[in-house]
Amino acid sequence: MDLSAINPVLLIASLMVAATPILLAAIGELVVEKAGVLNLGVEGMMIVGAISGFAISVETGSPWLGFLAAAIGGAVLSLLFVLLTQVALANQVASGLALTLFGLGFSSLMGQGYVGVKPPQMDKLNIPVLTDLPVIGPILFGHDPVLYLGIALTAAVWAMLKYTRMGLVLRAVGENHDAAHALGYKVVRIRIMAIMFGGACAGLGGAYISLIRVPQWTEGMTAGVGWIALALVVFASWKPWRALLGAYLFGGVTVVQLNLQAAGVAIPVEYLAMSPYLITILVLVILSADKSRAPASLGRIFHATH
Amino acid sequence: MIVLEKRPQPSQAWSMATPAVAVLATMVFGGVLFAALGKNPIEAIQTIFWEPLFGEHASYYRPQLLIKGAPLVLIAIGLSLGFKAGIWNIGAEGQYIMGAIVGAGVGLAFYPLEAWYIFPLMIMGGALGGWFWAMIPALLKVKFGTNEILVSLMLVYVAEQLLASMSLGLLKNPQGYGFPGSRNLQSYDSAHNAELFAGTGMHWGVVAALIAVIFAYVLLNRHMLGFHIRLTGEAPRAAKFAGVHPSRLILFCLGTSGMLAGLAGLFEVAGPAGQITIDFNVGYGFTAIIVAFLGRLHPVGILLAGGVMALTYIGGDIAQSKLGLPASAIQVFQGMLLFFLLALDLLTNYRIRAARKEVA
Repeated sequence: MDLSAINPVLLIASLMVAATPILLAAIGELVVEKAGVLNLGVEGMMIVGAISGFAISVETGSPWLGFLAAAIGGAVLSLLFVLLTQVALANQVASGLALTLFGLGFSSLMGQGYVGVKPPQMDKLNIPVLTDLPVIGPILFGHDPVLYLGIALTAAVWAMLKYTRMGLVLRAVGENHDAAHALGYKVVRIRIMAIMFGGACAGLGGAYISLIRVPQWTEGMTAGVGWIALALVVFASWKPWRALLGAYLFGGVTVVQLNLQAAGVAIPVEYLAMSPYLITILVLVILSADKSRAPASLGRIFHATH
Repeated sequence: MIVLEKRPQPSQAWSMATPAVAVLATMVFGGVLFAALGKNPIEAIQTIFWEPLFGEHASYYRPQLLIKGAPLVLIAIGLSLGFKAGIWNIGAEGQYIMGAIVGAGVGLAFYPLEAWYIFPLMIMGGALGGWFWAMIPALLKVKFGTNEILVSLMLVYVAEQLLASMSLGLLKNPQGYGFPGSRNLQSYDSAHNAELFAGTGMHWGVVAALIAVIFAYVLLNRHMLGFHIRLTGEAPRAAKFAGVHPSRLILFCLGTSGMLAGLAGLFEVAGPAGQITIDFNVGYGFTAIIVAFLGRLHPVGILLAGGVMALTYIGGDIAQSKLGLPASAIQVFQGMLLFFLLALDLLTNYRIRAARKEVA
């Protein structure tokens, strides 16, 4: 065992990379849940985003187009959830599960020809002086653009929910859909937009795993990240900045665990690999005492009678 | 304009018809999918639904129907109890793995002793393993109000890691030339869940599944606890006034479904699978969710639905070898089925009407 081989600067830099897929998916789901919809299909939308992004960037040679395709892929899949829950008024828990089961199958069907292929790389940020700074450079200025997009998205969602009229309406719909409907807001239309935004974000998160974090395609490669993102929204009490904090915490656990595996710690690999999931449970237990922050209409079906 | 009008009571006729309509719709859209993959859709559908039952080699495939159907029915019966009451155990896959690990562990602990009591002890071990794994989300939900969906699912990943660790370490076959995986229980008579009648596919797991169906039917129709389960799902407020203890219900529903999933795992590892390996679990715990909904959460319905899903597994295997249909296409097919079921449920609870133009 050689713990001195672990470089703290690299550790923090790779922690940010590991956290980004969780963050992207969680921010999307946060908006969905703020609108009063519980979409358990995050894992399915992520994996479909992962393969759509991977396939398009391999075919076109452009990672940017890949990420665009991933967002579209996630959003299109979320439309199925829209059909089930907003049009056919089906149970949201069951519909989310359906989305995940379908997405996992669909992605491995689409991904058949892409196993073992290397995707084109996305250029990392390179600002002449800043990136070369010791310690700060690699941590703050040496990442791919999508990582910064994730942080920017967190800020944007925070500002949108807090300061804009749109955010207020979204929250109203999520807190009390009947009252929002009575005030003349289009509950279903607003929810559809939120669900599609959530799908696009999950798709981006998935593509981040297949294009940057790993980068290659294997079946079921999201391995529960979508579910961790769902847990993260609870952890964050539906607040964007706390979601960022939480994502870094989970990213940290993942990276430290991987580093310990590489350093050959006496704990068996399998037990280290369990740790992110166990910590998710632990965090959920600690935070589940306070449910007051959850949007009041979360998971309830809305049917306008008049 | 079309409007939805809520029915005063769910339509019985549609409730019975939706699973059949959903299967038909899935066949049509599945056919489109297979055509898009460059296969003859009619041939593919026929291979999946007809070949295993009445085809040339049906005598080989029919027993498979019981082997694949039993774990699905066993798990789905347990899940349906919780789903009825709004308690969502989606970690059956993990409980299935734990049942197999504990059950096989009990059996292997006795190796090479031959005795009649080993297999019953293994059954108890399997049930306890699954029960214990499901009690984690149950107790956390009761004590702290933690979301059982997320906890039970996280525990699937933990169980998969444990499975890997077991097949590489503790339960590894000492005479296996270093290959991962436990001793094969099929060649250990006292622990082998053998066919009860040769060539039928009938093993103890099938018997257990049938008992579970009867048990669930009696529970839901003739027992106070079953009434409480249905009441909690259909009218939570009324359930409160009727004196239903939510925590007792959570412990019972999650515990029972975990136990049944654990049993399914034990019967699989001691019978058809034979040994603990890294890729022992094949997703029965997740497919059982579809089975539970396809059976409309009704015990008899689940029995039939388990048969249909088993058919898609076997037919899918045949289509894979005969037509080169990818294995994941069947997974998509099964996912589609759940979609259509949920969407068509609309017709059970609502009436679709053409809206009259109202003059403001």
